[in-house]
Amino acid sequence: MSIILDHVSYIYGEDGPLAVKALDDVSLQIPDGQFVGIIGHTGSGKSTLVQHMNGLLKATSGHIYFNGEDIYDRDFPMKKLRSRVGLVFQYPEHQLFEIDVFSDVCFGPKNLGMDKKEAELKAFDALRKVGMPMELYYQSPFELSGGQKRRAAIAGVLAMAPEVLILDEPTAGLDPKGREEILQQIKELQAQTGMTILLVSHSMEDVAEYVDRIVVMNKGKVMYDGAPKEVFAHYKELEEVGLAAPQVTYILHALKDRGFDVDVNATTTAEAVDTVLHALGRAPEAFRP
Amino acid sequence: MLRDITLGQYYQTESVIHRLDPRVKLGGTLLYIISLFFFRNFLGYGVAAVFLATVIGLSHVPFRFIVKGMKAIVFLLLITVTFNLFLTPGTELVSVWKLTITVEGLRTAATMAIRLTMLIIGSSLMTLTTTPNNLTDGMESMMKPLKAFRVPVHEVAMIMSIALRFIPILLEETDKIMKAQIARGADFETGNIVRRAKALVPLLVPLFISAFRRANDLAMAMEARCYRGGEGRTKMKPLIYQRRDRLGYLCIFAYLAIGITVGRLRL
Repeated sequence: MSIILDHVSYIYGEDGPLAVKALDDVSLQIPDGQFVGIIGHTGSGKSTLVQHMNGLLKATSGHIYFNGEDIYDRDFPMKKLRSRVGLVFQYPEHQLFEIDVFSDVCFGPKNLGMDKKEAELKAFDALRKVGMPMELYYQSPFELSGGQKRRAAIAGVLAMAPEVLILDEPTAGLDPKGREEILQQIKELQAQTGMTILLVSHSMEDVAEYVDRIVVMNKGKVMYDGAPKEVFAHYKELEEVGLAAPQVTYILHALKDRGFDVDVNATTTAEAVDTVLHALGRAPEAFRP
Repeated sequence: MLRDITLGQYYQTESVIHRLDPRVKLGGTLLYIISLFFFRNFLGYGVAAVFLATVIGLSHVPFRFIVKGMKAIVFLLLITVTFNLFLTPGTELVSVWKLTITVEGLRTAATMAIRLTMLIIGSSLMTLTTTPNNLTDGMESMMKPLKAFRVPVHEVAMIMSIALRFIPILLEETDKIMKAQIARGADFETGNIVRRAKALVPLLVPLFISAFRRANDLAMAMEARCYRGGEGRTKMKPLIYQRRDRLGYLCIFAYLAIGITVGRLRL
């Protein structure tokens, strides 16, 4: 069970005056159950990349395999792929249309041909998973707050019970608290269900705390691919392409440069606190007033 | 999917036609379209075709690109041709079952097809070589005399330029919402007409909401910059006729003179 991209390239507006190579020979393998962060600057091709994974965009060249089957085979069931690879678009709340939240979440499962009861069960389950308060289920989706709308929209995709969940900038336009909540919810979801999750973001900060693996995209190519620690070791190169490593990386490097024995590979705030305390534990008297 | 619509689109490149004053292009297109309805024989269309081909050549817009935009009107063209071909009374040419093709019908159908095609190519050439902003500037300036009759010329021009500006934005938005709903298993392509119409609800509701939201944002942004209508408003790039524009007018009049003289000959 995995998604494999084999030398995938994609060109926008192929024969127009402004042809843009959005993906340039991308090869990736995403095994089951992994929590992957896809990072890149605006226009790096990250959104284009994920739209290939459920067949919304067809690669100009290259192949994509889902569980070993080529999705460009003529008899490959594309509709089924879309239910198994759930894609939550950027600003997903812009796709809400039903009279209440619950009916909107039912839209996906109903499209898959589930009967009413089954669809409603899935919708309940999905709304619970995203932490939507019960009393909002029968409200108009347009009356919710930004964060709640986003939850409703994510639930709309989750209700189709996908095996792979792709979230394109799920925190865009949310305040810090809303951002934290959504990411935490996604992390919990991953821990509970063990589903494969791809999180697209332009913020290292968002991703570093949560994912197992980071894929850095730049100008349509994969620039780095590895565990967060490995990727952030290149923080200087990342900066050159307009991406920043998490703030703790900078602080730890600065401390290291001034002679403190800290572990610069710490990527999350918690790890950073540990290593700073550890370093201070060796020479605590220097800091006592 | 929706990006294929090129009718009314602007094609960015560098050419004499692109640099022409929009008033020349607007006036020229208008006269060209009128000329198409004056011809009595096919020789006139030949002159028009030569004129059109020259302009296309000068514009540096690939012919392939222009033809791509024509796809949208193929259906309309077919209907017109078919009706004219079979329903014009006159001297019988061929007759199969209840369908009769007459000499007059063949002639009208051919004229119609040529006229429509050249009309569309000509007018799309104008939009392909003129930015929406330039186009509305040109219109505003040409409609100025109407102000005497209390026509809100500036407002009309502003509405048009905003509408034109919103076409690509809303197309992109439609594309995005469509993709998002397809990702949720929506199906826009199969089923009978009722099913398909129903399938549009998840597309149209978010699209309207988004259009209203954008309109609201734009109104707010305009107000924040003290927009209060056209009174006393000046332009950063006022339209001024250059030498090439006068030359452009000359070319158009030369074409008209030749075209109408030749096209109205009784052969």
